[in-house]
Amino acid sequence: MNAEGIAFYLVSFLTMGGIYAVLCIALNMQWGFGGLFNAGIAGFYAVGAYTAAILTSATAPTHVGGFDLPILSGLLGAGVMAGVTAWGIARVCVRLKADYLAMASIGFAEIIRLVVINEQWLTNGSLGISRIPRPLEDIFSGRQAEVVYVVFVWLVVLLTYFVSQRLSRSPWGLVMRAIRDNDIAADSIGKDVQRFRVDAFVVGSVFMGMAGALSAHYFKFFSPDATEPLLVTFLCWVMLIAGGSGNNRGAIAGALLVWAIWSMTEIITSHLPVEWASRSAYLRMLLIGLFLQFVLQRYRQGLFPERG
Amino acid sequence: MLQFDNVSKSFGGVNAVDQCTFTIPSASITGLIGPNGAGKTTAFNIIAGHLFADTGRIVFDGQDVTRLPAWRRQHMGLSRTFQLPHEFSRMSVLDNLIVAAENRDGEHILNAIFRPGRGRTREQEARAMATRTLEFLEIGSLRDELAGNISGGQKKLLELGRALMQRPKLILLDEIGAGVNRTLLGKIADKILELNASEGYTFCLIEHDLDYVSRLCSQVNVMVQGRLLTTGTVADVRNDERVIDVYFGGGKYQEHA
Ligand SMILES: Nc1ncnc2c1ncn2[C@@H]1O[C@H](COP(=O)(O)OP(=O)(O)O)[C@@H](O)[C@H]1O
Ligand SMILES: [Mg+2]
Repeated sequence: MNAEGIAFYLVSFLTMGGIYAVLCIALNMQWGFGGLFNAGIAGFYAVGAYTAAILTSATAPTHVGGFDLPILSGLLGAGVMAGVTAWGIARVCVRLKADYLAMASIGFAEIIRLVVINEQWLTNGSLGISRIPRPLEDIFSGRQAEVVYVVFVWLVVLLTYFVSQRLSRSPWGLVMRAIRDNDIAADSIGKDVQRFRVDAFVVGSVFMGMAGALSAHYFKFFSPDATEPLLVTFLCWVMLIAGGSGNNRGAIAGALLVWAIWSMTEIITSHLPVEWASRSAYLRMLLIGLFLQFVLQRYRQGLFPERG
Repeated sequence: MLQFDNVSKSFGGVNAVDQCTFTIPSASITGLIGPNGAGKTTAFNIIAGHLFADTGRIVFDGQDVTRLPAWRRQHMGLSRTFQLPHEFSRMSVLDNLIVAAENRDGEHILNAIFRPGRGRTREQEARAMATRTLEFLEIGSLRDELAGNISGGQKKLLELGRALMQRPKLILLDEIGAGVNRTLLGKIADKILELNASEGYTFCLIEHDLDYVSRLCSQVNVMVQGRLLTTGTVADVRNDERVIDVYFGGGKYQEHA
């Protein structure tokens, strides 16, 4: 590979890495600050991706829309839809205790998967939605467009980081940490624990939805395959735990590092003989698991602990 | 200040609190004593709103609060400490107190994102008050420690400080002396007396050490097996045959006392 090739490999790496960074900071708002166990990240990601896809893609005879709206409205719509969905779920599992929420969110993500596969009129089923635009497409093309897009993604990463930092430093963030450490004591000092948990769950999900939108615009095509829980939920958790939950910079570092390893394992497994190829996904998971073990043995709180 | 009116609460088959009635007069320091398992902590949990009574009523400051969640009762002026430490372990000692001050503006998530200036003043006030409170409790030197790392006795003081942050009317102290050394224990007693005398706080405390109770409390309620056995001054209660029987006499009740 020549220098240009490497540079563009890096661009595509940073694009996906950035999308994961958004997901990971969003998960940090829920788990790192508030101790909320969201096991359905893929569901919010899918809601966001499909919302953006339907809002911004060209009109298609096969499914509802597309509405050909500007990309920013797709991004915004994705956040709003994911947030509203999260609010609904949060209202249903009233207490939002770790275990209930985990189960409810897994269930929700599965329902979303079934919906996107089966509700053809809405999502075009397993064929997916195509002709999703990218920003400034008519001005830049080819590799220039890739560079434009990586900048766009990292602007959203910055926005997410900025919001998350503000939240963590605010009195709201202090209450969230108190709830995470001891919800009964938080109740006893007059905090409406449930309200704060709903807040955190919704705001994190908004950004998960936006991450979904980013990936829809990146691939210009979105199908149910992209909402695979292994690829979204599992990886995102590994990223946050390895990077250091409670720390936004740790979330970004974890996202990039784990994504780098995940991409490299693909290079390794693609050289395996064919009879192994079908098992490659499991091998890659195993490698990622080993990596997490390795990090946690050395750094119990992840690479960036909460208090530096 | 508070009426605990014919309250019952059972867990499975255990009647932890059983048709129990007592009051906590305003501006008093009232004791709640009884052998282990008598239902004292359960009674506190019901008063504070961490458990709900099966039957009976809780009237606080003239209002029926039986069905109100804990955090609402706290806004009305009811604070507590816990028998087992309930610190916010991964936060600093100072932050444990700051968070206990109410900051209505700053705690709103939209303000936190879009108008971070809102609530800053309040936060500064809370910080100043938290610092003063830590000084008052003589644990100012611990302000930057992680609360999870301080000693059991220090956690008791931290919880007392946290309970004071919203200037409550009534403070429930559940075995504030347990696991605390003699010197610290004396210090806590002085603080309680001082807060009661100079600031008019009402206290209700669960305590096993009767000398300690007699030093602090004007009045004590004695609970046995979920019921109120008797009520009176420490001297009265100490001479009561039934109390002597279950509390002092019967060795089997004393194993943890
Ligand atoms: N959450 C609970 N679940 C089941 N039983 C409980 C619970 N809390 C207390 N109990 C039982 O209720 C009784 C009273 O306990 P408690 O109120 O802690 O007594 P005390 O504080 O006076 O020592 C005990 O028999 C105890 O085992
Ligand atoms: Mg007890």
